[in-house]
Amino acid sequence: MQLIECPWCGPRDEIEFRYGGQAGIAYPEDPSALSDEEWAGYVFMRDNPRGWFHERWYHVHGCRTWFSVRRHTVTHEIGRDPESPRREEFG
Amino acid sequence: MRRESGGRIDRSRVLRFTFDGRELTGHPGDTLASALLACGVRTVGRSVDLGRPRGVFTAGAEEPNALVRVGDDPMVPATVVELRDGLEAWSLRGRGRLTPGAPPAETRHDKAYLHCDVLVVGGGPAGLAAALAAGEAGARVVLLDDRPELGGDLLSSRTLLDGAPAPDWVSSVAARLAALPEVRVLSRTTAIGYHDHNYVVAVERREADGHTARRGGGRRGLDGCRLWHFRAGRVVPATGAHERSVAFPGNDRPGVMLASAARTYVNRYGVLPGRRAVVFTCTDSGHEAARDLAAAGVEVVATVDPRRDGSLVTGTLADEEGVLTGVVIGGGTGERVVACDLLAVSGGWNPAVHLFSQSQGRLRFDETLQAFVPHLSAQAERSAGACRGVYGTAAAIADGFAAGSRAAGSRAAGSRAGGPAGAGERKDFRVPGCDEPEQNPPAALWTVGGGDAEAFVDLQRDVTVADLVRATGAGLRSVEHVKRYTTAGTGAEQGKTSGATAVGVVAGLLGVEPGRVGTTTFRPPYTPVAFGVLAGRDRGSLSDPVRVTAMHDLHVARGAVFEDVGQWKRPRYFPLGGESMAQAVERERRAARTGVAAIDASTLGKIEVVGRDAGEFLDRIHPNMLSTLPIGSCRYSVTCGTDGMVLDDGVITRLAEDRYLATTTTGNAATVLDRLEEWRQTEWPDLDVSFTSVTDHWAVVAVVGPRARPVAEALVPDVDFADFPFMTFRESRFGRVFRISFSGELAYEINVPRWFGAALWEAALERGAVPYGTETMHVLRAEKGFAIVGQETDGTVTPQDLGMSWIISARKPDFVGKRSHSRPDTARPGRKRLVGLVPDDPGETLTEGAQLVASPGDTRMLGHVTSAYPGVALAMARDVREGDRLVAFDARRGREVPVTVTAPVFHDPDNTRRDGLPPDVRLEPVKGYGARSALGGFSARFVAARSSGVTIREVPLVPMGEVRGRDPGEGLRLGPDWWLVMGGPPGVRHTGVPARSGDAGAAGAADTVGAAGAAGATGVDVSAQRAVIGLSGPRVRDVLVTGCRIDLHPAVFAVGAHTRTLLARVPVVLHRTGPDVYLILVDSSLAEYLAEWLLDALEGL
Ligand SMILES: [Zn+2]
Repeated sequence: MQLIECPWCGPRDEIEFRYGGQAGIAYPEDPSALSDEEWAGYVFMRDNPRGWFHERWYHVHGCRTWFSVRRHTVTHEIGRDPESPRREEFG
Repeated sequence: MRRESGGRIDRSRVLRFTFDGRELTGHPGDTLASALLACGVRTVGRSVDLGRPRGVFTAGAEEPNALVRVGDDPMVPATVVELRDGLEAWSLRGRGRLTPGAPPAETRHDKAYLHCDVLVVGGGPAGLAAALAAGEAGARVVLLDDRPELGGDLLSSRTLLDGAPAPDWVSSVAARLAALPEVRVLSRTTAIGYHDHNYVVAVERREADGHTARRGGGRRGLDGCRLWHFRAGRVVPATGAHERSVAFPGNDRPGVMLASAARTYVNRYGVLPGRRAVVFTCTDSGHEAARDLAAAGVEVVATVDPRRDGSLVTGTLADEEGVLTGVVIGGGTGERVVACDLLAVSGGWNPAVHLFSQSQGRLRFDETLQAFVPHLSAQAERSAGACRGVYGTAAAIADGFAAGSRAAGSRAAGSRAGGPAGAGERKDFRVPGCDEPEQNPPAALWTVGGGDAEAFVDLQRDVTVADLVRATGAGLRSVEHVKRYTTAGTGAEQGKTSGATAVGVVAGLLGVEPGRVGTTTFRPPYTPVAFGVLAGRDRGSLSDPVRVTAMHDLHVARGAVFEDVGQWKRPRYFPLGGESMAQAVERERRAARTGVAAIDASTLGKIEVVGRDAGEFLDRIHPNMLSTLPIGSCRYSVTCGTDGMVLDDGVITRLAEDRYLATTTTGNAATVLDRLEEWRQTEWPDLDVSFTSVTDHWAVVAVVGPRARPVAEALVPDVDFADFPFMTFRESRFGRVFRISFSGELAYEINVPRWFGAALWEAALERGAVPYGTETMHVLRAEKGFAIVGQETDGTVTPQDLGMSWIISARKPDFVGKRSHSRPDTARPGRKRLVGLVPDDPGETLTEGAQLVASPGDTRMLGHVTSAYPGVALAMARDVREGDRLVAFDARRGREVPVTVTAPVFHDPDNTRRDGLPPDVRLEPVKGYGARSALGGFSARFVAARSSGVTIREVPLVPMGEVRGRDPGEGLRLGPDWWLVMGGPPGVRHTGVPARSGDAGAAGAADTVGAAGAAGATGVDVSAQRAVIGLSGPRVRDVLVTGCRIDLHPAVFAVGAHTRTLLARVPVVLHRTGPDVYLILVDSSLAEYLAEWLLDALEGL
């Protein structure tokens, strides 16, 4: 049971979250302009590193916020994503 | 033999127990093992494979021999069973057995979740000092100890601390800990797992306390175990060390015992485990045991220490029953035989690194200690004392104190609690003076006598040195492989007494150092745990959350047969007078096709999509155009994943310019809501749109059939049915009415706030609607060829595959999934498409999942049956046309059924029945609906459950609104842009809601504040979405911690705090309104489940 720090609620047990896969995969600006290979890359291909991974989580049973963290896939160590908002930034 | 005095037992009381039916006695303070030894029982069981007699070998949880059955527990070490009066124990041959068909145990276990700054595991000298250091520094500390009494090994020794018996020091530390309000000591509690992020799970054995009084008044208190879940800032494992044996021939006989165990039995339990003893020791602690045995009156006839003169025990002698009668001493001093009835063995010590290793810490082999010790930490932990290889009482106390101080000092970083920092504070703590001599290193001795077939490495699994020789001889080099080849270390003791010896022997066989061989993986649980303990209270009706509609009790009373749809209980059919399902469904179907029928459709997911950009957002998600949907109109739609496959479907209604209602399938409501949030938050944060679940706010009755209109008119008499076209919606003072149909017949879906759902259902049935369930619903829709997501689709089906190319707007450049519809795989011909099937025999019901082939015996699968009802079926099939003759192969029944392919519409393909029959009757119009709160049926039970500790009540019928985006200036903030306002928030129209909370008056006195859809109104009425449960009293937190994982410490979850979290595995809003007062807001459909759960928890107080 990992302890995941929601930027709004603070640290909560993993069971309150839903995993969101690799972070930083933006929806393409114009999907129709992409080749089949490029589009398949967006839809199907994700990194699977042994080590630090930039990934998304969703606090489904809490504040319903999507956010991203850096997590080590071997040690499960979690570091804050510098681009993810901090609680005080929510106002 | 019981000593005349000494030990920590109460000789003034006699406990009677039986072992294998034999009546024996012991005293309070005994374990079953100590009592058996006191009664002279030498043989306590037989080994699992060889059937050799075995005796008590240890005095702790690592016991490999003395496994017994006690009551419901099929296998437990006698060394940890606290003796109680009337206990019945039975010996085993190596393993326990469950009794098939036995009724489930009455014992009630539960769970609890607790947060702390410092978790100390082990109440021996190191753990006590660590807990004291951390506790007196102001940290929130939990100290776990697996025995009934704190002190660990100090209770087994004769060590003097500051000139007084060590237990005096234990008592003084325990008293200081008891005086610290933020320190909690849990005895009889074994830490079984150390998981990610300092999450430690432990089992507290409450039944072991012979003094636990059963509560009167018919209530059963919790008498079983509690599974604790700790989240700790820092963990201090202080778990001590396990002594190990030496693998010499005949080392398994009853009478052979670890030296530390022999010492424990004489000192702690006042038991002589023998009269004439030989001590075979590689350690100084073995000599201490010899001294203590002698002091207790045991004749120690020889002490064999290979470090002294190279002498060894090379064999044992036994009587005809296999019990020890003597030992053979060989080695450096020549061979001799010594008669004895006790052989105390000390081969060395293994630090109990189980928790450290489970935390992913790395071990190293210490050549001096001849043991694996903690090396690199992986988590915020610091082992202390013997489990770190720091032996000796004074050194362990000093090490524990240092670990505890450090853990408390770094508290600020990982702290959750406030309170005084005071990391530097040290109230008069001093390591006491200790009379133990300096310890010399042990001998590096693992085995005696080569590959002997009677030199046991693992007593529980009957693994000998000969087995290990065979394993390495077969070429195995990895200790993990050796373990699996020989089963060494796979018994219930999981290598606690055998693991290190196996490693030492294998290292010798391979000619390398033990450090090169390494250990096998230490896995949780540390000691065996019953499944019932892991389940806790989550069994029977509480094994999984259950959602019910407002009409559930009425369905039960009507004799409905239910089916599970996700967590929902839905009526499948309503049999009358002994009808079979087929008969009931045919009657229900006929009512819907020829008269009027009604179904409880409350479970469909309902999401209000609100905001200036709501239409734009929906256009980006859905294949069809929704921004152009006229206000008051409904449109069917589907959603796809980026892969183009159908995820869900439903009807979208435009309620107002900036407000839509989207319905989802029953099972996908949560997933759809999550997905909408994902796209808005992560891709289009600039769009002004928000999503509010109103699934539980609205109760829905669909009135269906050619004669539906008179019934619907009577239910919502303020709606003009003369001008009510298909696929539109109307507002009523009672709620909302949608003219949509899932059957092909005239149908009205009437939505009222859940409080009025039961009354609506009764009113519909009173006016002649025949109730029908999901089975008939499925038949009706299958006859119309309506696909069901998750039945016709399986994540590989596009809208085009379902024949829904029409749903895809040609005017939109993009929507989620569109690009995937032109991928080579999705655009190719020959994909499976939705078709109809008609079996040759019209009475035949095909089997869902049956494979379609062209002719009998053919193996090229053309598709599969997805839905099947008498005479009709839907299927996904490739390369087939209407009129094709196929065979449906039903593997389960081994049958091949000839079928004909048809269009997937069997009923009214031209939609001529949609408008029903002209109304020819006027039914009694409803004047108002009586409100019923979600937990109205619980009030008597709530009153009965009240105690001085906790009071439970429902706060009924509270008007509520959710506000997104802008701060309404009041209410509970649930998220960055999410507020829940209780008591009638501004800007929210409350349909049919009584003006004041608690006023269970008739609906219709609609209190409308503001107006739905008015510009700027961002609120959504969710009054009936949640039920409110109030819990108050001094023991409220004791109830909440059994099912809530957040930190409820009063300084952390302060008065006024509120949050969304899980309680009893269901999402709730938890709001602390007073020091001992909490409000729990739970989705109405889950309220009854949560109420049952809370009542169960209250019983356990
Ligand atoms: Zn959160």
